[in-house]
Amino acid sequence: MASFSKLFTSSAQGVASDLRHRGLIQTALGKYKATRDSREASYQDWQAARQVAAETKWEAINHLDQYLDSFVAKLEARGTKVHWVSTGEQALDIILGIIRQRKARSIIKSKAMTAEEIHLNEALEKAGYEVVESDLGEFIVQLRHEPPYHIVFPAMHLTRGEISELFRRELGSAPTDSPEELTMIARRALRKKYLTADIGITGANFAVAETGMVSITENEGNTRLTAALPKTMITLLGIEKVLPKLSDLALFLPMLATAGAGQQLTCYNTLYGGPKQSGECDGPEEWHVVLLDNHRTALLADAEQRDALHCIRCGACLNVCPIFRNVGGHTYGTTYSGPIGSVITPHLRGLQDWKHLSAASTLCGACTETCPVKIDLHHHLLQNRRNAAKEKPAFFERLAYKMFGFVANRPALWWLAKKIGQIARPMQNAVKNSALDPVRAWTQTRDLPPVAAKSFKDWWRGRP
Amino acid sequence: MSERENILDRIRAALRVPAPRPVLHGQVARGAYATKTAGHFQQWLPPGRKLFTEQVELFCDRSAELKTDFHLVPSLDEAEIVLAQIAGAENWKRIATHSGPLTDAAVSRLGLPTLNTTAGYEVNELEACDAGITECDALIAQTGSVIVTSRDSGGRALSVLPPHHVVIARREQLVADLPAAFVLLQKKYGANYPSMISFVTGPSRTGDIERILVLGAHGPKKLTIFCF
Repeated sequence: MASFSKLFTSSAQGVASDLRHRGLIQTALGKYKATRDSREASYQDWQAARQVAAETKWEAINHLDQYLDSFVAKLEARGTKVHWVSTGEQALDIILGIIRQRKARSIIKSKAMTAEEIHLNEALEKAGYEVVESDLGEFIVQLRHEPPYHIVFPAMHLTRGEISELFRRELGSAPTDSPEELTMIARRALRKKYLTADIGITGANFAVAETGMVSITENEGNTRLTAALPKTMITLLGIEKVLPKLSDLALFLPMLATAGAGQQLTCYNTLYGGPKQSGECDGPEEWHVVLLDNHRTALLADAEQRDALHCIRCGACLNVCPIFRNVGGHTYGTTYSGPIGSVITPHLRGLQDWKHLSAASTLCGACTETCPVKIDLHHHLLQNRRNAAKEKPAFFERLAYKMFGFVANRPALWWLAKKIGQIARPMQNAVKNSALDPVRAWTQTRDLPPVAAKSFKDWWRGRP
Repeated sequence: MSERENILDRIRAALRVPAPRPVLHGQVARGAYATKTAGHFQQWLPPGRKLFTEQVELFCDRSAELKTDFHLVPSLDEAEIVLAQIAGAENWKRIATHSGPLTDAAVSRLGLPTLNTTAGYEVNELEACDAGITECDALIAQTGSVIVTSRDSGGRALSVLPPHHVVIARREQLVADLPAAFVLLQKKYGANYPSMISFVTGPSRTGDIERILVLGAHGPKKLTIFCF
């Protein structure tokens, strides 16, 4: 099997030259940028808000044990069952266990990146259960049997024509080019599922330690239905979602909406504090919260990059990243793409296998500048490169630098190398891009600068 | 050892090495977090309004932006009249609501078959309703949001399953901004929160197809708010 790095390079080459894809992404992200910029400008002080958000997450992550304890104790006190799991496999076992015990048949699910991370849908389908994604974008990519393209906009890479064709094939609907009509087709298809599902599975955006609540942000209302109608509710979340106080949401909810989609507030921001309580007329009879580690503690142990756990998954760094915009979301081959994905994937899935993502960056810093919780993303990319080289130095790179040092320290050899360069460089033009080109690996995508006819040393000697 | 202990042990071991604090203009702002309360946040967020009349105006503007149908009416009586007009125009056949002083008054005038969710209900019956009429905990001027809870708004589904959500609120339920809304929730519920609290900001929407806004993705296509 080709390495992840080779797959990345070949996919990146294909997508970057796909003009149709470029057009779609430019339109979608152009709209995003315009609304986001004007929304940011409506803040009295966006930069100060970022600073306080960063400090709030710093407080939560650097006292994670205390805040998790409080979060869980409060949840359990109101009848919620909390499951702590170290790995994705454990999470799947717990969730499958609950589903089997309830003798469930159909499952409705709202958007959760943690579920993508542990490949929940595949596991449920393999075990013979029907699981339906209820978020429109996720529903579309599920019908296409592909992972979400973007952590916030899962179907950003598709046109309405493609979606219409997909619905015609999979749902038997009449073709249409109206986004509204397409949305209504999905709405009708999913209504029945909400009413008959035995289990509802959700993700979470924030875990409030102070009151033991989970906060879920969405626009469509699919999560609210998922958390209202089925008798059993399961919520899967990473341990890093913690916020200390309930009132912290007064800052984080608008910032998430602004950074994520240029909205002042997402349509539904809902707090869940337990299963149906006495005196309430509906809601799940039981609620299971699955708290997932899955290598997050390994990232926590890296004090230098610990702030990557501040991430609120708004997707802003993907939207502004020139690499993401050129290579697209699927090229990464990871659950989390874009700058944040390039930073954390090596911690979650192995540095040597995923170090190439940190190299695929211009280090322009747009991600760091846009991040609402001020994660030092582009420096973390550099640190990943350094750590990867330190852990497993590249033999040829080291050899090349040794040889360069050897030559550069010997004036006679240096003079000789310079002369060879001056003579050989024009000859390279003749074989450029052919199989004979000795520096083809470089010149395929870059220019080779000419060697100066006169070196500085020569000029200095011959100056008038 | 349980997984809980395993995870907490790994966290404690990891946190033995301190992480650098967030930096502002090259300076470390020490302990800034500890002093921040909800009230502080408002100085950075989009501006709210001080005077009540201005707040009403802002809520009006936000509603227009969000495509919420907002009616500021002089009395509950007036709200009932407008509601009856909407019911007629949209040809409602069946509605759902919960018991409460405002909702009871509003639905009695409509004279339509009514499902009351307060003492439990059958979900297919709720699905068949043309509108869900609820009270709320608060309206938020800064964002144009309405807060509904499982306790005081007829459960989790009433405000999201029917295609039209109607809210009836009193003027004194309008608060200035999000921080004020959280203060209100903490004061009202103390340690005994409802199992669901939702900040609803406009009718259900999606932009998942070519980033084009469509209303009524899965929740209500219409949100109507009466404030008297």
